[in-house]
Amino acid sequence: MRSMHHIISTREYTTEMFDDILELAEKLEPVAKGEVKSEIMDGKVLALLFFEPSTRTRMSFEAAMLRLGGQVLNMGSIEASSIAKGESLADTIRVTSQYADAVVLRHPREGAALMASECSSSPIINGGDGAGHHPTQTLLDLYTIKRESKLENLNIALAGDLKYGRTIHSLCYALSRYHARINLVSPPELRLPDRIVDDLLKRNIDVNITDNMEDVIEDIDVLYMTRIQKERFPDPAEFNRISNSMRITKELIHSAKPEMKIMHPLPRVNEISFEVDNTPHAAYFKQAFYGIPVRMAILCKVLGVEDKIKEEGM
Amino acid sequence: MNQTDKSNQPDKRRSPKLGDKNDLRIKAIENGTVIDHITPGQALNVLHILSLGEDFTNTVSVVMNAGGSRGDKDVVKIEGRELTEKEVDAISLLSPKATVNIIRNFEVIQKRQIKTPEYIFGIVKCVNPNCITNSSEPIEAKFAVTANEKVKSLILRCVFCESVMTEDLIQYIE
Repeated sequence: MRSMHHIISTREYTTEMFDDILELAEKLEPVAKGEVKSEIMDGKVLALLFFEPSTRTRMSFEAAMLRLGGQVLNMGSIEASSIAKGESLADTIRVTSQYADAVVLRHPREGAALMASECSSSPIINGGDGAGHHPTQTLLDLYTIKRESKLENLNIALAGDLKYGRTIHSLCYALSRYHARINLVSPPELRLPDRIVDDLLKRNIDVNITDNMEDVIEDIDVLYMTRIQKERFPDPAEFNRISNSMRITKELIHSAKPEMKIMHPLPRVNEISFEVDNTPHAAYFKQAFYGIPVRMAILCKVLGVEDKIKEEGM
Repeated sequence: MNQTDKSNQPDKRRSPKLGDKNDLRIKAIENGTVIDHITPGQALNVLHILSLGEDFTNTVSVVMNAGGSRGDKDVVKIEGRELTEKEVDAISLLSPKATVNIIRNFEVIQKRQIKTPEYIFGIVKCVNPNCITNSSEPIEAKFAVTANEKVKSLILRCVFCESVMTEDLIQYIE
């Protein structure tokens, strides 16, 4: 029997493991766009267990499964499930993992996906566990960089809330596999935790820390912006000052390279001005689309149907 | 295999720690456990790990900062009590060089050096309140244990949430 292939974290992924999924995603892009019909997931069922709100992750998993000819089971709201009666996550996983071939789990507590993998009879895909990991976001971020810019010799700026953003933390480790130059642009209060900076330096990554976007805007290939959350600041005036200082405007990107791309995990609030949307720099909506081929590739890996992709001539 | 052991004998050597009259401070125990070579200052934390509270009525002897051939140490002797593996693992986090001696009929029948395990299960509470192990889920906390060469202490990394604990580990021991 094949051992189960859970996707919990990309922390220990090698470049080969990343490349394998990114190449598979590229093959599946025509299916994701609806240009090519596929039935490789015919008869397969994916369960979605979301204990926290989600639009992009949940819907792109649904879209990925449906485009590949599979079916989706959605737990729905917590209020309408046994969770409301006090059922543990462990029991919920033991039960629902028997109803499906794989389970996507989003949960507010760190480590929930790993615990779920220990009591599940189907593969678990981590759709975000608190402030912990969100591996499918990391993979789609890498894929976006690959498709819209380049992964080799990349000069990237990670900006906004670098302290609390799990997306940023996982992306740092992934980018270190590709030896990117990483510029960390944030107010001092929201700097990347020292332990991650230390890990990057140990991996011989060129790290530049600044609080001024203008220091880096001319040289970078990609600007990865994240949302600064109001609740991190007790003083609203301080929040306004900081969020305005980090705002991406048309004026700011005027001095950027023409091929520089702006990414954002979304949802955005006001950290990227709407006027930037219509410039060739904006890649964040394409990034949201790339979630589909990447999650298709992940599903194919987890459910062991890669061979069928070749059979379908993709 | 019976053997004699200095940890269960009165120490008659003259030492500033023994006072002027070399009087007997701790008598040997008949049956139980002697935890020797405890890192100085950690004896009371060892008692905390062993949950030796007011409902434990056997004799417990504690010596702190006792002079020994390897420098100062703490010693704990407990009459009528042996340690579980989990208790030994927990003591190893605070005092990795301690020894545990099992005493039967005044003789040391087993002596072993504590070994810090690679993983600790269900002894330590994760520092992260939002870790899944701090919820009502039926799950045991698990930590990878490594040495911090810089500050000569241990590092515990939660297997579930990856939080790291390295100082004042006693406050996390349940």
